[in-house]
Amino acid sequence: MKPEELLYAESHEWVHVAEEEGQKVATVGISAFAVEQLNDLVYMDLPEAGKKVSSGEEFGEVESVKAVSPLYSPVDGEIVAVNSELPDHLERLGEDPYGSGWVIKVRLDDDAALGKLMDHAAYQKQCAAEG
Amino acid sequence: MTETLSETPLTRWHKTAGATLAPFAGYEMPIHYGSIVDEHQACRQRGVLFDVSHMGRLRFDGDGSAALLDRLLTRRVTDLPVGGVRYGLVCNDDGGVLDDVLVSHLETPSGTRYHLMVVNASNREKMIRWITPQLADFPQVTMSDRTELTAMIAVQGPAVMEAVGRLFRSDPRQLKYYRAVITEQLGKPVIVSRTGYTGEDGVELIVRAEEASRVWENLLLAGRDAGFVPAGLGARDTLRLEAGMPLYGHELDEQIDPLSAGLAFACNLDGREFNGDAALRSIRDSGPKTVRVGLRPEGRRPAREGCPILAADAEPIGRVTSGTASPTLGYPIAMGYVAAEHAAAGTRVAIDIRGKSQPAVVTPLPFYRREKAAAKA
Repeated sequence: MKPEELLYAESHEWVHVAEEEGQKVATVGISAFAVEQLNDLVYMDLPEAGKKVSSGEEFGEVESVKAVSPLYSPVDGEIVAVNSELPDHLERLGEDPYGSGWVIKVRLDDDAALGKLMDHAAYQKQCAAEG
Repeated sequence: MTETLSETPLTRWHKTAGATLAPFAGYEMPIHYGSIVDEHQACRQRGVLFDVSHMGRLRFDGDGSAALLDRLLTRRVTDLPVGGVRYGLVCNDDGGVLDDVLVSHLETPSGTRYHLMVVNASNREKMIRWITPQLADFPQVTMSDRTELTAMIAVQGPAVMEAVGRLFRSDPRQLKYYRAVITEQLGKPVIVSRTGYTGEDGVELIVRAEEASRVWENLLLAGRDAGFVPAGLGARDTLRLEAGMPLYGHELDEQIDPLSAGLAFACNLDGREFNGDAALRSIRDSGPKTVRVGLRPEGRRPAREGCPILAADAEPIGRVTSGTASPTLGYPIAMGYVAAEHAAAGTRVAIDIRGKSQPAVVTPLPFYRREKAAAKA
């Protein structure tokens, strides 16, 4: 996926929405900027598929040598897939954050939360202000 | 936020080098220059430079400075020879740790002898307030805060002594561990101390503030072929944790006594009077109720400061004070305090990591010990 085509949450998760069998499914990951800021990842805790999440809710966490960072769901729905290989291959978060570094897939209840997300240009501005 | 942060004489260098900086004890300090793990490994395998100028440096001149320090420290100072360095604690009357410090006995080229106490950055003001009233009993002693007039650089790693030895008029390779000397680097005075906070061989240097950048650059240049890099406080923390060394504000504070902290080696309790002596003798006689231990959680998830430690029956028995994923060992390590009856190495406990109970084992400290044979004396 191209970073320019994704939506972003203020808490640095990216979202890509696609139609799958007539339903909208959002793939969620962590932006390259956030992965770089986290520095030296050592552990990741992910939920099981089937869990319901709402936007802004913590669904997992990623840890660096220095600190723990919660992962927040940017959307409302049910987790239908989890990248269960990721905790054993944390390097993928840095090497391929928009591809094999995806984290969860969520079947959307509705589009409401998508309106609160930023496009790539707006997110770039946020990163510039933080970085 | 209007509170202004202090800078060390090297802060500009760190910024130019692209360091990630953060406030620490009122100073803007480098946390890393790109990767904590890379800097950690560089220290274990080659050599690194730390700017530790934020640490407090208090100088004691005049007859009776040894007697004053002997009153302050849990450890005898009156028999510290010139060139000697000693680690000790400063305790309050209850035996709680006000600070952990290094005291050096130094002699200038002109023959003036004095004592230097290096204190934690976060405790510098507190220590000055604690010591000042006690100076009244030692009228010949003057205390001066040398922190802002000087810079302090730690150079640590197995290749350090070989790489930087030649930079000094008096070769620090001649210095034994926990010895210090005032010598020169390119004609300017420098205190060289064979001490450190990483578990590796190396030296800690104190230079005049205006010399700091030049000395720092010279050290980097001298270590260039050996692969030296600057390292930040992030790696300093993971290195000292592997080496089992306590950090004030985590393993030590005013509610913790040195005997519970496993620092009996730094306490001379008998035959002398010092701050907290009665309380510490009483703790020794009854035995500490809680003990600092090493912990190895199973799996890969690090336990962090504040995580409750539970006995096999889920009874709370203590708390984690520091924890990380050990870059050298490749698994999580932690330190914490547990009730004395659970402190034996091999005791199986659990750590509550944000609601999930993780099995862990009480492990002897340190987690990492360098091979002494590799250190060239």
